[in-house]
Amino acid sequence: MAFRDAPDILTSRLRYEDSHTLERFLATGGYDGLRAAVARPADEIVEEVKTSGLRGRGGAGFATGQKWSFLPADVFPRYLVVNGDEGEPATFKDHMLIERDPHQLIEGIAIASYAIKCTKAFLYLRGEFALGHERMSRALREAYTHGALGRNVFGSGFDIDIVLHPGAGAYICGEETALLSSLEGFRGEPRIRPPFPAVKGLYQKPTVVNNVETLANMAWIVLNGGAAYAALGQGRSTGTRLLSLSGHVNRPGNYEVELAKSTFRDLFYDPALGGGIKGGREVKAFIPGGASAPWFGPDQLDCPLDLDEVQQRGSMMGSGSVVVMDETTCPVRAAWRITKFFAHESCGKCTPCREGSGWLEKVLRRIELGAGREEDLDLLLDVCDNLAPGLSWPPGQTTICVLGPSIPSPIYTSIRMFRDEYLTHVKEGGCPFS
Amino acid sequence: MTEQTETKKDTVTVTVDGKTFEAAPGELVIAAAERHGIYIPRFCWHPRMKPVGMCRMCLVEIEGVRGLPPACTTPVAEGMVVDTRTPVVKKAQDGVLEFLLINHPLDCPVCDRGGECPLQDQTFSFGPGESRFVEEKRHFEKPIAISELVALDRERCIQCARCTRFADEVAGDPLISFVDRGDHTQVLTFPDDPFTSYFSGNTVQICPVGALTASPYRFKARPWDLDQVESTCSTCAVGCRVNLQSSQNDLVRMLGVDSEPVNHSWLCDKGRFGYQAVEHDGRVTHPLVRKGDELIEASWSEAYAAAAKGLADVRDLHGAGAIAFLGGARGTNEDAYAWAKLAKGVLATDSVDCQLDDGLPAAAVLGLPRATIDDACRAKAVLLLGPDLKEELPVLYLRLREAVVDGGVAVVELGPQSTGMTRHAKTTLLYRPGEAVEVARALTSGRDPMPDAGGVRGEELAAAAGILGRAGEGVVVVLGRPSVAESGRTVAEAAAVIAAAWPQARFLPALRRGNVMGALDMGLAPGVLPGRVGLDAGREWFSQEWGVLPEEPGLDAAGIVGAAAEGRVQALVLLGADPINDFPDRTLARRALAGAGFVVAVDTFLTDSSREADVVLPAAMYGEKAGTTTNIEGRVTRVNQKVTAPGTVRSDWIIAAELAQRLGGDLGFDSTAAVWAEIARLAPSHVGLTADVLGRRENRDGVVAPYEGEGPPRHEAPVEQIEAAAAVHQGETLPSEAVAGAPEHAAVDEPSDDDDPAGAGRPPLLTFAVGDAGSTAAPPAVDAYALRLVAGRRLYDNGVTVRHSAHLAGLAPSPRLRANPYDLDRLGLGTGDRVRVTSSRTTLTLEVAADTGIPRGSVALPFNLPGEGAADLIDGTQPVTDLRVETTN
Ligand SMILES: Cc1cc2nc3c(=O)[nH]c(=O)nc-3n(C[C@H](O)[C@H](O)[C@H](O)COP(=O)(O)O)c2cc1C
Ligand code: SF4
Ligand code: SF4
Ligand code: SF4
Ligand code: FES
Repeated sequence: MAFRDAPDILTSRLRYEDSHTLERFLATGGYDGLRAAVARPADEIVEEVKTSGLRGRGGAGFATGQKWSFLPADVFPRYLVVNGDEGEPATFKDHMLIERDPHQLIEGIAIASYAIKCTKAFLYLRGEFALGHERMSRALREAYTHGALGRNVFGSGFDIDIVLHPGAGAYICGEETALLSSLEGFRGEPRIRPPFPAVKGLYQKPTVVNNVETLANMAWIVLNGGAAYAALGQGRSTGTRLLSLSGHVNRPGNYEVELAKSTFRDLFYDPALGGGIKGGREVKAFIPGGASAPWFGPDQLDCPLDLDEVQQRGSMMGSGSVVVMDETTCPVRAAWRITKFFAHESCGKCTPCREGSGWLEKVLRRIELGAGREEDLDLLLDVCDNLAPGLSWPPGQTTICVLGPSIPSPIYTSIRMFRDEYLTHVKEGGCPFS
Repeated sequence: MTEQTETKKDTVTVTVDGKTFEAAPGELVIAAAERHGIYIPRFCWHPRMKPVGMCRMCLVEIEGVRGLPPACTTPVAEGMVVDTRTPVVKKAQDGVLEFLLINHPLDCPVCDRGGECPLQDQTFSFGPGESRFVEEKRHFEKPIAISELVALDRERCIQCARCTRFADEVAGDPLISFVDRGDHTQVLTFPDDPFTSYFSGNTVQICPVGALTASPYRFKARPWDLDQVESTCSTCAVGCRVNLQSSQNDLVRMLGVDSEPVNHSWLCDKGRFGYQAVEHDGRVTHPLVRKGDELIEASWSEAYAAAAKGLADVRDLHGAGAIAFLGGARGTNEDAYAWAKLAKGVLATDSVDCQLDDGLPAAAVLGLPRATIDDACRAKAVLLLGPDLKEELPVLYLRLREAVVDGGVAVVELGPQSTGMTRHAKTTLLYRPGEAVEVARALTSGRDPMPDAGGVRGEELAAAAGILGRAGEGVVVVLGRPSVAESGRTVAEAAAVIAAAWPQARFLPALRRGNVMGALDMGLAPGVLPGRVGLDAGREWFSQEWGVLPEEPGLDAAGIVGAAAEGRVQALVLLGADPINDFPDRTLARRALAGAGFVVAVDTFLTDSSREADVVLPAAMYGEKAGTTTNIEGRVTRVNQKVTAPGTVRSDWIIAAELAQRLGGDLGFDSTAAVWAEIARLAPSHVGLTADVLGRRENRDGVVAPYEGEGPPRHEAPVEQIEAAAAVHQGETLPSEAVAGAPEHAAVDEPSDDDDPAGAGRPPLLTFAVGDAGSTAAPPAVDAYALRLVAGRRLYDNGVTVRHSAHLAGLAPSPRLRANPYDLDRLGLGTGDRVRVTSSRTTLTLEVAADTGIPRGSVALPFNLPGEGAADLIDGTQPVTDLRVETTN
């Protein structure tokens, strides 16, 4: 199948046990991308990335080269902040890249820094990634010694320092502006935009925030050219992408797939990928792109893994985590579980998200635990509508960040798909699945 | 956009709800709409703070923008079309209101805010009748005290961050913060660190619900029982505008009013809660006359008679120069004018001083070119040579702090110790007490390299001079008394040096007592007459009206106290003055009270000083009388009466007028309005500043004297008469025994056509130059074994207001002697040690504390804290006070 022919851009080294070591990295072409990059004018690197069509892998899917070009010319210092907070439930791809190939990320950070003319980058790494911290700290030391970081990188005159910062233990700290506040030592709360980080970000200086996976592509793009990257995938979904597949599949895990060339069905059933649904059961529903994404039903199995296509059908590829639910799944319980996560993680800054998340969670819990009322379904939908007017995707925003308006996604989609199962909970005074 | 169109227009055109108007670029939609009569509901937005966009009550629709942006964080843009009333907006706003209510306890019946609560109001107007929320509400322990003054009920909090933003952005005291997240988010203090901000009461005022309540006000009244009047805070001389609220003739609350040039709606806690003193049970409510060792209650006639006889006897025996007046800086302008007229125009003594040698010479304050608070906040640089503004003029501190933090104004601080302003100053030059003149000379010398001066290194002086420039262009000098332990004359002389070297510099006086500026303007100081004129310059102008005038310039407070101690001043009239606690040198003050044969105290409480008086005349306090007051800028505003005074208490001006009659004089006015009319006619700096002018809409924020506007338009109704009529109702006319036969409304001077406000013959206003401060003795050489005393004030002190305000009294700190760690090391001392401190006056035992904000060679001890302290150590006859510090064992 098509995706099997695509090159492994992000995961080429992972077949080796010692993929995280500098030796293996160097033996497999490591830092060649950085050497090549610093030998060229910075603007050319930006152009390569623009040509590649690479879109951010952190969730919003914003074109990376374009984001870089929003930096105001001539304002220095400017910063690159690497988002390694990976807090979205069921997303575990950055985790793997950090632990298993830290030098690839370092190389990507250095190339991106060179391209945007910044000399200090910050790597905000989820606090719970103990092994990741250990390996990244070690890799950073090695990179300095190797001459890939620090003053005068590979004799090019380019200086770059990377500061490793442990995350503050909140999902919201992965939201780019909350991340910046957290990095500055404040409470992790999103900021009002404008100003956007590109204009006033970290310490009020122009800042680019990029996801770990986004930057892990840099060396390949420099070495093979943006056009080669853009030749992979289709339309505005270029290159390959790491998907974290979990739920009721036989082979959960991270898979690098070429975008737009295969479908969710391929992802779930291909023996080299998901390997089919557990126990040969049927897909009841699946989440195409993280906890914030509206659910899809089996009718969308043939939707291609294409950012725009998924969005057009009312959801998103988001952070790249795909969760499969088979027939044995209680949709109420699943929606409740996700809502509970959001209620726990809402930063509390804006009213609809702070109060709405808790309210929705309490109502869902009541239904699941047998004290639901028929009118609760309309109540849920109406409260959801007050968070995200219109209940469509992308959501109408009433809040500072998009966490709030994402909360309704699992609720309204599960009610739309499984209203009768909700009503069974109400009628039977409990969950039919337990 | 081409460059042309970009630069041409300085407004943008926006349309809100179909109404098209111009707005300033960068203005927020919520503010622009409000200016054009479209009110967008809000909870978290406050016009004096940066927007946070937290409550989401102000969501609107904007053409071409996805979702519902908040009007409070969205700046207007050219061609923007905003809709605040679409069904989508309405639903979202209803949704927000519902969200805010689901966890709200709805204990409105027992909530201080019930009846004036934006949440309650909005719910009544727009909210759903019934709650759809059937779950258990969130619970917190309620309420918890987050400081001595403020209680927090977290269940009522709607997380608008007004309080936390105020504490952080406005007050610079980030002591409250959000903790936890989601619907557990709550406001809290940090462990073991209460919300001890001088400005905490503002958070109560701006909290949109009853989550924050003020301990002095809790459960005192319901909004519908409250009656209010706009006035000016007279606790210090910033002159913040306030609403004074009463319930059943008791003052119960004071709220800040947003005055653009002055207080931006903020108040300090001393000003806000100091009204408690007015309601204190210990007020003197009836006249007292001494019989032997005791002060016995007497009738007003008896008391007047006793006071008049005592004063007349001294005048007849020893001459008018043997009578002196101290104080008078706490009343209204009308009070001060009446006392000045009694002293100078009836008794003909010039030994009158509204300051207690704790401020600056009148000539300097009145004669230097002036700046307003706004001038200071917009200056290129501010030179601060004065007290710790945070402690003495708190809201001026807030204004300047904002100017530094948000406006980038450069502050150069010059003082004997670090202050609350130090962390905002570009540089702080710590000089040796008594040597301000040397520092001023060096700073303005333009020399390169700069020599060391007054204990300040040349490089530091050069850096400061670099910030301030060479001609004083754009420089505002905030000028006050940095320490009462060094002579005020040296500070005034330093100011004169600066004024001479930098002709373009302007001065903003930083004197603290409520109406000290008004009292100085009204002539309550030696050598001056009302309206900022010198005694001799004004002699001709005033003698026509007043009849007699003092022959010779009199004594200032230091002179009066010294002369009384030696028996040369025989009669002392204390106008709310307590020299034993407020004069720098307590030993001398005690001797003065003992030495003066006859003492009259016009006071609100019996103080250490008024207890020694022969006659005590009870005076009305703030809130009990109407009139005008003058702030540090010279801004004249109205103060209003809200409650009736207890007992038979009277306003000062009435007491002065009565005394005048019994001394064979006639002050010639019988209402507050009439006093003001005379001031507006006679006092050269105030000519034309009539009640009518003050009452105009555009003068809501007061009028800065000297008044330069045209005279009163003749065609307008004589407002004075209306005022006079109102004053009659408020009991503000002379008791009928005094003005027997005077027709009730006829007492007002009608402006007549031959009154020429631009008056030929009007004396010139004072100016102040080098040498005018009088002789300034050089401080003695520094003795290596001695430490030189610095004595500044604390906001919470042992003064009448704090002592008699139940919730403030406990906040005065206990005195500690602070010294540079280097000096403490040298003496083998550490923080917490007790030491013996000896001056030429006395020896005290005190606790020491290390403080790097005190320069080597100096020690700081706050002035006027409860108990023994700086006043006992200071030798007022010396330019500085040197101390010996030894361990107690
Ligand atoms: C609630 C929330 C959580 C987020 N968490 C993450 C995260 O853990 N990691 C991440 O890379 N981006 C996260 N994002 C997206 C970031 O805000 C941002 O868009 C991204 O880091 C930009 O990088 P990219 O352009 O390379 O995708 C989150 C966004 C939201 C609203
Ligand atoms: S939407 Fe939720 S998470 Fe985002 S800022 Fe608002 S309260 Fe915080
Ligand atoms: S305590 Fe009051 S001012 Fe502070 S956040 Fe809560 S509601 Fe707002
Ligand atoms: S700063 Fe002065 S005038 Fe203002 S509230 Fe405080 S005491 Fe009153
Ligand atoms: S007033 Fe605009 S969000 Fe609160």
